[in-house]
Amino acid sequence: MKYLKFLLVGIFFGIILVKSEAVSWFRIYEMFRFQSFHMYGIIGTAIATGLLFLQISKRKHLKNIIGEQIDAPEKEEGFIRFIVGGTIFGLGWALIGACPGPMYILLGTGVYSMTIVIIAALLGTFIYGLLKGKLPH
Amino acid sequence: MDFILNPWPWYLSGPLIAFVMAILLYFGKTFGMSSSLKTICSAIGANKFSDFFKFNWKDQRWNLTIVIGAIIGGFIATQFLSNNTATDLNPATITELQQMGFENPGATLVPNEMFSMESLTSIKTIVLLIIGGLLVGFGTRYASGCTSGHAITGLSSLQKQSLIAVIGFFIGGLIMTNFILPLIFKA
Repeated sequence: MKYLKFLLVGIFFGIILVKSEAVSWFRIYEMFRFQSFHMYGIIGTAIATGLLFLQISKRKHLKNIIGEQIDAPEKEEGFIRFIVGGTIFGLGWALIGACPGPMYILLGTGVYSMTIVIIAALLGTFIYGLLKGKLPH
Repeated sequence: MDFILNPWPWYLSGPLIAFVMAILLYFGKTFGMSSSLKTICSAIGANKFSDFFKFNWKDQRWNLTIVIGAIIGGFIATQFLSNNTATDLNPATITELQQMGFENPGATLVPNEMFSMESLTSIKTIVLLIIGGLLVGFGTRYASGCTSGHAITGLSSLQKQSLIAVIGFFIGGLIMTNFILPLIFKA
């Protein structure tokens, strides 16, 4: 039962991303062609709302269910990993039109060929794990 | 009901996505979808090949539960909460894509030319899907996050590293959409 809340969050997330058309390949294409405000509106208002929430939780010392202060996890140090890794992900995001969340969600909408993408993404993750020590971060 | 069945406006969708992040932080977790790929790798035995996958993946079962939920959510949204309204794309986008050989831009969530079962008979399509998946899997782990972890959570918490990552997302995305896709789908 302790997983039920996560199942519900996942369902909610999947519904929002379909209804907002954020899972649409075409919306991602349009975003990277600067031909529509839609995706920028979604990401922008998500960040603005998130920022507001995190600022309030910091000032009011809001606690999570295990009694710790609510805060976003801190990212690792580095520059190359973020710019190069980010660029590699961006190339894939624009080709497939889906980032990891939408890959799963689209599978649920009936795009079964996404299975190939997900398996390839697992393989990509695995390759990173093998090469991690040799890459600049 | 039309309000639910029609596509949702951006100014409603964005804050709802932030709510997903907030509720996960409240549950003592984080909003990061690409981490699930690492967890699955570990669960199916990648830990035998690299220390990167040596962690107790069972601690991450909550994340895999979200993945299952997301798949169910996608199913519910298309089966019960949609009226098949076409995506209201910019007419310029539609014309462009038609010139690249995409038949009905916006009529479906993904182009049939890349994702339909018929299109899978083409080696080219399969290679594209595999390359795209590899780039997403490798890139997100190298950058240690994707849209949810960096663009939403990282930028909301004003982290410089996430800004660098998001700049990278756009460098890659702009190159792919503006320079590489037109080469792949030549009219």
